[in-house]
Amino acid sequence: MTSLRSTLLRLRNLFHKSRLNRELHDELSSHVQLHIDDNLRCGMSPAEARRQALLSLGGLEQTKLRVRDQQIFPWLDSLRRDAIFGYRQLAKNKIASLAAILSLALASGACTSAFRLIDALLLRPLPISHPERLYSLARFVTDFDGKLREFDGWAYPDFQLMRDAAKDQAVLLAISYGDRIDLTYKSDQDMEKVNLQYVSGNMFAAFGLQPALGRLLTPDDDTTPGAHPVAVISHDYWTRRFSNDPATLGRTFRIGNNLFQIVGVAQAPFTGTEPGTMTDIFVPTMMSPAAVRKDSTWHRTFAIVQPGVAIEPLRSKLDSISRAFETERSKSWSNETPQEIARILDQTLYFSPASSGASGFQQDNRRSLLALGVLVLLVLLIACANVANLMVAQASSRAREMALRISIGAGRRHLLQLVLIESAILALLSSATGAIFAWWSAPFVVRMINPSDNPVRLALPADWRVLLFGIALTLAVTCLFGVIPALRASALQPANALKGGPNGAKDPHSRRRLMYALIAAQVAFCCLVLFVAGLFVATFQHLSNQPTGFSTDRLLVLDTVSHDPVLPVTWLQLADQLRSVPGVERVSVANHALLDHWSNNNSVSVNGSAPSSTLGYFLHVSPGWLETMKIPLLHGRDFMLAETTPGAAIVNQTFAKVFFNGEDPVGKSFDELFPYGERAHYQIVGIARDARYRDIRENTLPTAYLPFLSAETRPWWSAAGATFLVRTTAANPLALASTLRQAVPQSHPEFRVSRIRTQLEINQSQTIRERFLATLASFFSLVALLLAAVGLYGVLYYSVLQRRREIAIRLAVGAQASSIARLVTLPIFATVAASAGAGVLAGLFSSRYLAELFYQVRSTDASMLLPPALAMAASAAIAAVPATVRAIRTDPATLLRSE
Amino acid sequence: MSPKKDVWQGTLALMILKTLESLGPLHGYGIARRIEQTSGDLLSVNYGTLYPALLKLEQEGYISSEWGTSDNNRKARYYKLTRGGRKQLTREALEWTETTAILARFLSSKAQTS
Repeated sequence: MTSLRSTLLRLRNLFHKSRLNRELHDELSSHVQLHIDDNLRCGMSPAEARRQALLSLGGLEQTKLRVRDQQIFPWLDSLRRDAIFGYRQLAKNKIASLAAILSLALASGACTSAFRLIDALLLRPLPISHPERLYSLARFVTDFDGKLREFDGWAYPDFQLMRDAAKDQAVLLAISYGDRIDLTYKSDQDMEKVNLQYVSGNMFAAFGLQPALGRLLTPDDDTTPGAHPVAVISHDYWTRRFSNDPATLGRTFRIGNNLFQIVGVAQAPFTGTEPGTMTDIFVPTMMSPAAVRKDSTWHRTFAIVQPGVAIEPLRSKLDSISRAFETERSKSWSNETPQEIARILDQTLYFSPASSGASGFQQDNRRSLLALGVLVLLVLLIACANVANLMVAQASSRAREMALRISIGAGRRHLLQLVLIESAILALLSSATGAIFAWWSAPFVVRMINPSDNPVRLALPADWRVLLFGIALTLAVTCLFGVIPALRASALQPANALKGGPNGAKDPHSRRRLMYALIAAQVAFCCLVLFVAGLFVATFQHLSNQPTGFSTDRLLVLDTVSHDPVLPVTWLQLADQLRSVPGVERVSVANHALLDHWSNNNSVSVNGSAPSSTLGYFLHVSPGWLETMKIPLLHGRDFMLAETTPGAAIVNQTFAKVFFNGEDPVGKSFDELFPYGERAHYQIVGIARDARYRDIRENTLPTAYLPFLSAETRPWWSAAGATFLVRTTAANPLALASTLRQAVPQSHPEFRVSRIRTQLEINQSQTIRERFLATLASFFSLVALLLAAVGLYGVLYYSVLQRRREIAIRLAVGAQASSIARLVTLPIFATVAASAGAGVLAGLFSSRYLAELFYQVRSTDASMLLPPALAMAASAAIAAVPATVRAIRTDPATLLRSE
Repeated sequence: MSPKKDVWQGTLALMILKTLESLGPLHGYGIARRIEQTSGDLLSVNYGTLYPALLKLEQEGYISSEWGTSDNNRKARYYKLTRGGRKQLTREALEWTETTAILARFLSSKAQTS
């Protein structure tokens, strides 16, 4: 207590120094006076009395100093004085300081921003009671092409078996993939989109969550398929949609034909288990139509493991249950070969820690965000090296000041403190600026990775985690660029410096060596950034320039749903009516748009052969669809309006190549094999040019287009949705969007447009990640290049300044300008060349870890390796010009006279 | 007469507290003189070390100070014991007595084994 009290008092005294000084002076004067009085009384002469009094006090000023040390913390006071001094030093070199602060701010802001994203997406624990005990169950499965793949989807009956088996060791929860669906609180025409998750009834209790209003779902809400039309909404949705109105309880909404009632609101921070998506509505798993199906893997399985339970025995128990389930299921497959079945059944269950939840957004962006984080970290290092160089150069101009300080008694430690404080001020100012930058840029980056129709919502709180990161970063940055210059400044030899020796350092070349080392690091990092950025840009270009095989020109895509399932012919009638809307050139129907991440595939059999191991892909299209998509028909004919040929099909070139050995398939026939033994027979009426089907990254898939009218035979037809493809006459197809949105229900009231996009938008959404990486990586490589160039310029300039006497003498004895230029630039060019090589080498090495982010890009190509090296060389050459000119223009007479 | 001893480190605070307890409010010079007198002029107080010690005691809350006038009409800063200071004095005095007693016993004991 007493020590705390005195600490506070001493801190407070820092601000009352003048009053304290006055009082101390008065007190000591009175002491002396009293002593003198006594001495006089003893009969001393006044002069002697005064002398003795001062003597016994041990000197007035010395005593004052000693008392002052007790009044305040002397080190804190010197810190305060150094801070003021450091600030003045920085203010003196305004432009250099501002450049340093801005470059550091940009880099550290980018780092903080990257941290915020990585933290929000990958690190931050879910707001539940024991996130560290939460695991996601997934399986390693072997893909069609023999590749091992991680798969975290589960069928509900399988889940039930595992849940019951694990009962004593872990709570198993089924939580569906976040689904963006249409629902309405009023009529069909007032549909709105929400994010919905089907969750196990015990999820809220298992997560330790409390209701903010009403009640949460319980196990009783999750017992009978289709019998529990209740819903809990998230606090976020309650606020956004209902303005926290308590009357929200009891409101009903409709999804399809199911009427749900809102029974409660979950507490604020919990918005589902999928970082990147905020779930609005939670409904029981039993309300999912897929809950009873063994062949639909529609939800994730989470496990909350009891404390003290070993994972491995639990894992192997669940693994064997899941295998037994799949084996049982495979008995009904008749169209698969034994090898196929063995491949499908070969799956290994594993527990993956899921304290921060699990989402596709996480999986898609994990590696790219980490790559970006490393890039911005490199930029930060480059910026630090720049500032360190600046400080080393400045230290040389301050050598005399430092020498003087040492001579009059400043300790090395004090000099160290003096320079470090200056660095700390710099770091602090730039971190503060960077924080503002990060505050703005993190949401900006999230918007960049967003598909336009399904906005990613990521909680990006600026809390203690971000604050701690910021502080750690500031400290690290201070050390990175401050410690070396500080150590050098304090290792000064005063005699040398004051004599006017080169700069007072023990070894006059060591400072330049240090600057060269920093430059080398900078150039290497910069080349690494440039190289990786080049790979990202090339990947994006490759992907964007992929021929899709169809045209996106003026093409609008209307995802449309009907209230009840209707016959395909009704869709064709609606298409007819849309053709009469002014501004519409062509209208076709397909059950999905191309490249919309949707696929429908099955094995194919030609002439009764065994099921193919390569799958065929299918799409139902209306007559004229090929022309609307501008996919040329190579041979044969398009479908007719009322296609009469039973099972007509148009196939693409790849289909002909894979299943007919490249022969003309028109007139031939094939069977589509469904998993449960049914088969459909098709006769090929036409062959169309290859077009991309599902994903722009994969090779063209063997695709068969089938008449739209036959779509009703498909098991998924009840989904009651299809897609209109509208080619408009106007250049901007979206201009017609609202007209068409109204035109659909006007002609057929049971229909409703659920989503309007352009085909271009759909194509671009395939490359969102690549665009994002290419854009940000280009930006940061520009910043890196700029910083490195500034660094090169500074070092060259400094070295010319340092060697001006030598240059002057050389010039005076007749050296050529070219030899001077060589003298000045050669060492720096050698450094640049060596470290650029090292940087590119590091890039080659690191590109292996990033391989999955690249597409058709070979990092060893000359076209990838050369540009970074050339860019670096060019900026080195440009940066060298001013210094070289200055060196050549040195006037020996003036310079040597002035020295 | 043996040369005067300097005040041991750490005991000055205790002497100050004791002086203030027995004499009441007193200024720095007075305290110093009193310590010298009590020791029978065997101790010499380095007046320069007195003032940091006084300040420390005041910061710790054992004494408080205010300006007053001395007997011969000089303005001086007077220190007086606080309640906390009184307790501290009792505590320290006890501790000191115990320490010296132990030390005295230790020094007076004859070598019994050799």
